[in-house]
Amino acid sequence: MAVRGLQHWYGKGEMRRQVLQAVDLEIRPGEVVLLTGPSGCGKTTLLTLVGALRQVMEGSVRVFGHELRGSSRAERQQIRRGIGMIFQGHNLLRCLTAEQNVQMGADLLADLGYRARRDRSREWLRAVGLGDHLNKLPHDLSGGQKQRVAIARALATEPRLLLADEPTAALDSRTGREVVELLQGLARNQGCSVLMVTHDPRILDIADRVVRMEDGQLVEAGEGERLWGSDRLPDAGMGPVQ
Amino acid sequence: MSAFWQGRRIPLAWLLLARQPARLAIALAGIAFAGILMFMQLGFRDGLFDASVTIHKLFDADLVLMSPRTMSSIGMAGFPRRRLVQALADPAVKGTTPVHWNLLLWRNPQTRMTRSILTLGFEPNDPLFIDPGLQAKAHALNQKGRVLFDELSRREFGPIAEWLRAGRTVETEVAGKRVRVAGLVTLGPSFGADGNMLTSRETFLRLMPGTPPGSIELGLIRLQPGSDPAVVAQRLRQLLPNDVAVYSKKGFEEFEKNYWRSSTAIGFIFTLGAAMGFVVGCVIVYQILYSDVSDHLPEYATLMAMGYRLVGLLGVVAREGLLLAVLGYVPAWLAGQGFYALIRSGTKLPVAMDPQRALIVFTMILVMCMGSAAMAMRKLADADPAEIF
Repeated sequence: MAVRGLQHWYGKGEMRRQVLQAVDLEIRPGEVVLLTGPSGCGKTTLLTLVGALRQVMEGSVRVFGHELRGSSRAERQQIRRGIGMIFQGHNLLRCLTAEQNVQMGADLLADLGYRARRDRSREWLRAVGLGDHLNKLPHDLSGGQKQRVAIARALATEPRLLLADEPTAALDSRTGREVVELLQGLARNQGCSVLMVTHDPRILDIADRVVRMEDGQLVEAGEGERLWGSDRLPDAGMGPVQ
Repeated sequence: MSAFWQGRRIPLAWLLLARQPARLAIALAGIAFAGILMFMQLGFRDGLFDASVTIHKLFDADLVLMSPRTMSSIGMAGFPRRRLVQALADPAVKGTTPVHWNLLLWRNPQTRMTRSILTLGFEPNDPLFIDPGLQAKAHALNQKGRVLFDELSRREFGPIAEWLRAGRTVETEVAGKRVRVAGLVTLGPSFGADGNMLTSRETFLRLMPGTPPGSIELGLIRLQPGSDPAVVAQRLRQLLPNDVAVYSKKGFEEFEKNYWRSSTAIGFIFTLGAAMGFVVGCVIVYQILYSDVSDHLPEYATLMAMGYRLVGLLGVVAREGLLLAVLGYVPAWLAGQGFYALIRSGTKLPVAMDPQRALIVFTMILVMCMGSAAMAMRKLADADPAEIF
């Protein structure tokens, strides 16, 4: 995945404001990259652009060798099939059991038969430690369990790139840590790149690389925890108002 | 089509419905209610029209002569009987039956109350009805003052059949003259007549002394096998003067139905009732599907973010509509059967679940559900996968 000179605006005319300014970012296959920064600095916008959920306005975003700028709706939808996504909320389908939710992901693998897709869904649920909760509805699962189902669902599509937006936000610190470690381990085994937005300083050590964003620009980049002194925790919600 | 049903996938449409049993129950109750309403209204309408020709259907005739002044079976005008004899001149005509037709006052022998009864007078030796059983019974009419009573007549005419079966001699007054019931026939009440009786021409003229000589109300014409009724009818129209109108048997029935259809508000009232059911059903199904889509909007957006196509998700809503239509139709059909049986026993109207009406109501329900689904789909366009992060 490679981003070159990416710029993005919201609004029109007078109200138009720039949220991304000449962003350059590259993620190698199998690399785990964490993206931090104050709220409203454009992290989520970057994620939606890389995730082919938004049209690229200026600059270049290449995912799996496809240029997303000027891509059609159908092309982006096709590219999204190769991208796993994990959201702040778990966003599971309430009417489906854990197993069926994961299978909604596996069902996107068109070349597999029904039985193979179902077996794969079960394997993934076992891999995230939910082998005993296959037939439970999201309603009956705890927050950490739901987020683990969401991870299984994202990985069941065999993605080459995994995008995660504050997957630990709704979890307590211990569960959050567990979930992220699980995510990192499984992604590594799959050779899947990870781009994760987070405010959580306790999980920075799992990253191969940490990227910090401010006012729509990537300001510094470093290797894991070394970047952060104990006096410089990222402060959620304290970023400059734009 | 395979994209529509997606054979081996998670049955998302079904699960969306089934995991909210309360909402599903409301939706099905609404659809079933609309369906029952349509079945009832259309059933009544068709039943009433069919009931207007209960007697008409029984006649043994290929062509029928009536006075052009006749508007319906409750006001039959007379025409010269000679026209039937003239019709016999056509080589394709095999035989004819002149029939007197009028509504007379029948006195209930038990309560002494009078009520109007349809009376047909004919020569007892002439064929009248398709049912060959009549021939033997008609023999009894050769005696003066004898009548055959329709045992399907409404109860208000008196317990004639019971008394007769019990071996009693049943005598009563018709149009102020004494008659004896010589036997029973099975015809059925029609919209214009609550009861029927048959008698000989001679007795009929005695009951209706004012009838002009040589005047009849209905002429039945039977044709040689293999002749085309439409062609013969055309020939007869040219042959006969214009004081008589020629109908095919089907046309004779249609003429009567048409009277009730066009000269009364029945058709309009019941069609309007069915339309109301349709509208009520549309509102209910739309409400259900719209709130279903709204409630699940983040989930639909998630699926789109995962790489599901919008078309596929529209298919989910469409399948929900189809499932609702089928699941709602079944109880409506069953209840319709029950209500029809109730109407038949209560009113003796010939109302039945005919396949055509069953299909019409199913089509209406399908249109209702799929139309509502299509409207609800517009909400799905609001599902923006970029908004869920």
